[in-house]
Amino acid sequence: MIKMVIAAIVLAMSAMLAGASAQTLRIGLAEDPDLLDPTLARTYVGRIVFASLCDKLVEIDKNLAFVPQLATEWQWTDDNKALVLKLRQGVKFHDGEPFDAAAVKFNIERHVNLPGSNRKAEISAVTAVEIIDDHTIKLVLSRPFAPLLAALSDRAGMMVSPKPAQGSEFAARPICAGPYKFVERVAQDRIVLARFADYWNKDAIHFDRIVFLPIPDSTVRLANLQSGSLDLIERVAATDVDAVKKDARLKLAETTGLAYTGITINQNNGPRSKNPLGQDPRVREALELSIDRAALNQVVFDGLFEPGNKWLPPANPYYVKSLPIPARNLAKAKELLAAANAPRPSVTLMVSTNPQLQRAAEVLQSMAGEAGFDIKLQATEFASALGRAVKGDFEAHLIGWSGRTDPDGNIYNFVACKAPPALNTGRYCKPEVDRELEAARAAGNPAERLAHYTKVAEHILADRPIIYLWHGKWLYAMSAKLAGFVPHPDGLIRPQGLRMQ
Amino acid sequence: MAILLARRVALLVPTLFFVSLLIFGLQQLLPGDPALALAGEDQDPEVIAHIRQKYHLDQPLPVRYALWIGAALQGDLGESIRIDRPVLDLIAEKLPVTAELAALALLISLSIGIPAGIVAAVKQGSAIDYGMAVVALWGLSIPNFWLGILLILLFSVELGLLPASGFVSPGESLGQNLLTLIMPAFVLGTGFAAGIMRHTRSAMLQVLSADYIRTARAKGLGERRVVLRHALRNALVPVVTLAALDFGALLSGAVLTEQVFTIPGFGKLIVDAVFNRDYAVVQGVVMCTALAYVLLNLFVDIAYLFLNPRLRP
Repeated sequence: MIKMVIAAIVLAMSAMLAGASAQTLRIGLAEDPDLLDPTLARTYVGRIVFASLCDKLVEIDKNLAFVPQLATEWQWTDDNKALVLKLRQGVKFHDGEPFDAAAVKFNIERHVNLPGSNRKAEISAVTAVEIIDDHTIKLVLSRPFAPLLAALSDRAGMMVSPKPAQGSEFAARPICAGPYKFVERVAQDRIVLARFADYWNKDAIHFDRIVFLPIPDSTVRLANLQSGSLDLIERVAATDVDAVKKDARLKLAETTGLAYTGITINQNNGPRSKNPLGQDPRVREALELSIDRAALNQVVFDGLFEPGNKWLPPANPYYVKSLPIPARNLAKAKELLAAANAPRPSVTLMVSTNPQLQRAAEVLQSMAGEAGFDIKLQATEFASALGRAVKGDFEAHLIGWSGRTDPDGNIYNFVACKAPPALNTGRYCKPEVDRELEAARAAGNPAERLAHYTKVAEHILADRPIIYLWHGKWLYAMSAKLAGFVPHPDGLIRPQGLRMQ
Repeated sequence: MAILLARRVALLVPTLFFVSLLIFGLQQLLPGDPALALAGEDQDPEVIAHIRQKYHLDQPLPVRYALWIGAALQGDLGESIRIDRPVLDLIAEKLPVTAELAALALLISLSIGIPAGIVAAVKQGSAIDYGMAVVALWGLSIPNFWLGILLILLFSVELGLLPASGFVSPGESLGQNLLTLIMPAFVLGTGFAAGIMRHTRSAMLQVLSADYIRTARAKGLGERRVVLRHALRNALVPVVTLAALDFGALLSGAVLTEQVFTIPGFGKLIVDAVFNRDYAVVQGVVMCTALAYVLLNLFVDIAYLFLNPRLRP
């Protein structure tokens, strides 16, 4: 009798669980996104949702090359001070309104003028938007600005429907021109999107619905995938990769992204920069020489990530090949410390309360200790660490950056004199570096830009405002039945081509 | 009775005023600048300045307190800076979730705790009593998040019987709703069951040695009737107090459990808001929790009057 009851309960439960439609793609996110308005949005995780919701003027492929999306072709003018874009015809917004040059003009101007816009800085070079015809538009710039195209391949290039965007509640009900339209959002619980029947590229779309479920705990996120409650999860913990590989029902996808993690050194921000590490380049060099990046990667990330000494990973087209990672050299590190008359410099290393970063900090502490450094770890909750960093209340800070498509986005704001104080927290400032950074922004062709970045690298690697350590990977786990997933360097999940087998 | 009630209700006002000061003051002690925390990755100085100005973060503290409490008195708890939604909406959305979870957890804790407490009291000093004590200690000391993860691994990953996390509203599907809540309610409930059991046991022991119980037994009443009818009713008074306080604690204390099971309730709302420095949300949620506590206490006092006629004036 009892057996029968249990069997009945199990049967009923499985029936209820199986109720979810097979045509829904359930994606587990590591955080709950912020505002779903491309102009105001501020978080990385929000961009993952936008990839299904809002098409952009320009798309990037898996090798970071620009490919058409809402714009079919584009051309810089001869002086590089204007970009002319041809727009795709027959595209509709989710509310049925047509996508045309007037809509693009509205969107670019909204990015610039909406109070609190997080896009303004990215497209600040744009001074005017001229409509040439219904499907051709010209962005006029105040100066040549190469990073613009990359900005248009991200949130600044996302087009929203002009009429609803003038209302105040737009972020609660975003209307774009992407493959899926917004259905509902329950804060901290889920974001539901439904297939947009009039999507211009609808043949590439195979799921009826996408549900994004923010599940911050990586163990629980993985458990949901293993139990079949999710089909795809992002940011798998490096320590869980083995479990995913061993599970026949799951598969793993990975790509080296655009991210880096490094030690920011306070060289010029208040009294806490006045110590051997902040003031003496020899001490900074000694610190770098005490670190074995490959071993660090092996110990903390099971060798999954990529060691690095610059702001871009080696696969990036703007990677400076001429300055390789220096090998660990304890003898030279000790020599340098002796020469600097600081045989046992004390350094407080601030690190946010993230298990992986903390483990990395411990490894760094022990490596640098062998060269004579006395490193004290200061575990600080992320928002507090941010507050301290801006005020200059730190000596060294282990922190990462999620990365941007254009190389400028990984370097300018962290080392330029005019960079936001909350990003260039060590207040590094060198006119020669600024000149090269500006020149790289203005340069039209990639080879020329790379030449300027090589000069920047020479300075940065000698001055060490940041000692770059590793490039994280975007790790995804998914049901073995999910096909068509192509990881991109920006880490976003594109729904085009995804299907259940 | 009416005067007693009126006096109790009048006391609510200064209590809540003090609580509001405390919430506002404590929050200012949080390190870090909320505008920076909310400005996202790009840290654009213009965006930071915009956030400061829009949410009055550039005003002196007394002004900010006055703005907040003034609006709160008119039923406006402000807006979440992170997702631009009224705090009241968020609370209205999350409170029923946590209330349902708390009610289920309380139900589980009472249905484990009271019978166990009775048995332990009746069989005082026996192996069963000690066994119960050990189980209770285990229930009290086992960390919620650990038990939660283990249950997820067993019932979701290994057996595939229950959804690992998340929440489905009862309106959408009652069956799914119960499936998603059973594990978290169990995790929460077991912790509180231990306390209920210990209290039931000691209250029962006290009552069982009372004169009227001896009289009842002398009259020849069956043991079952003596224990369940005569003793239990009186022993329940302290248990009701504890249960009501537990319910308050469950409302605010489901924080870890909600994190583990990703239940979009009150606890998760406040934890995320603290980490994001979403001040308006933190203030609103803590204020509502305080209000719930105060009202529950009032309710307990009233319940006493009904359960124990001697307290009536």
